[in-house]
Amino acid sequence: MNWFERLLGKQEKSGATAKQRLQMVLIHDRADVSPGLLEQIKDDIIEVIAKRLEINPDNVVVNLDNTAQESRLVAEIPLLQQNGRRRATVQ
Amino acid sequence: MNGKVITVTSGKGGVGKTTVTANIATALAMLGKKVVAIDADIGLRNLDVVMGLENRIVYDLVDVIEGRCRLRQAMIKDKRQPDLYLIPAAQTRDKMAVSPSDMILVCDELRQEMDYIIIDSPAGIERGFRNAVAPSDEVVIVTNPEVSAVRDADRIIGLLEAEEKGPGRLIINRLKPEMVARGDMLSIDDVLDILAVELIGVIPEDESILISSNRGTPVAMSGLNGSSASQAFRNVAQRLQGETVPFVDLTPKTGLLNRLNNWFSKS
Repeated sequence: MNWFERLLGKQEKSGATAKQRLQMVLIHDRADVSPGLLEQIKDDIIEVIAKRLEINPDNVVVNLDNTAQESRLVAEIPLLQQNGRRRATVQ
Repeated sequence: MNGKVITVTSGKGGVGKTTVTANIATALAMLGKKVVAIDADIGLRNLDVVMGLENRIVYDLVDVIEGRCRLRQAMIKDKRQPDLYLIPAAQTRDKMAVSPSDMILVCDELRQEMDYIIIDSPAGIERGFRNAVAPSDEVVIVTNPEVSAVRDADRIIGLLEAEEKGPGRLIINRLKPEMVARGDMLSIDDVLDILAVELIGVIPEDESILISSNRGTPVAMSGLNGSSASQAFRNVAQRLQGETVPFVDLTPKTGLLNRLNNWFSKS
């Protein structure tokens, strides 16, 4: 968006929206992975991880990522840990 | 002679494949080449009307394949060009009347006497598409600057690579420079960014294309009022011949506000 449109509080131009939407849909098309399948994979991952580690299922993100050479599945699973330190067990 | 087979395809229907085929064939013929256009859209014959040859059809592609006539008999000569021919599609049959190997046989015979064989592919990715692509040496993918057409073009590029016919070269058809300037249409760069294939032509939206279709005279030939589309098609023909032709600048003449915008976004 240019300065003038931002001044007027305008919406993003439809051409830019079209490009972003296309890029998203093509990531799924090219890998032949539907958004629904991605959800299922995410649920499966949460189930496996949650057996061993404390996680908040709402913070788990599973996405497809495309570069020129390859598509990759990227999962972000933040752990529930205070200060990033191991909690000491004091007897 | 060893003619080259060029298939024009798109995935999505209605993006202008038939118009592009008619104009590429015509423009190559205008450069003095021997050209035959084949309508591979069996059951939905249309290239004949766009080229203005519908009244002269006796035999069609399926007649050739099923042996009811010789290849020469199905080739309709366009009298306005020295060496331009059309092999029309059958209207009362379907895609299954032709197989990929039939197309290879027909094209191998045509290669003997033609410089170019231009095939108009039907929409879709099924049998008709495979028929059209089977004999090709080169593929031209037609798309419009719209999400649906670009998505389908991407799918076609994937299929072409799988068939080892890819990646093909791209024609962006129906570009509206004013809408691109306004930011309300995918730009040439946007489309190329997404599809990552070589560009071979940009055809601006132009009323003269429809007017020429109405009359059955491809715009490359009629050149209505120095139409920009006519020039764009003739440039594509030259690029197909291996020449380097600069792309016509399609940025609209800018008003004061636009210039102001550009100035601010640069600084």
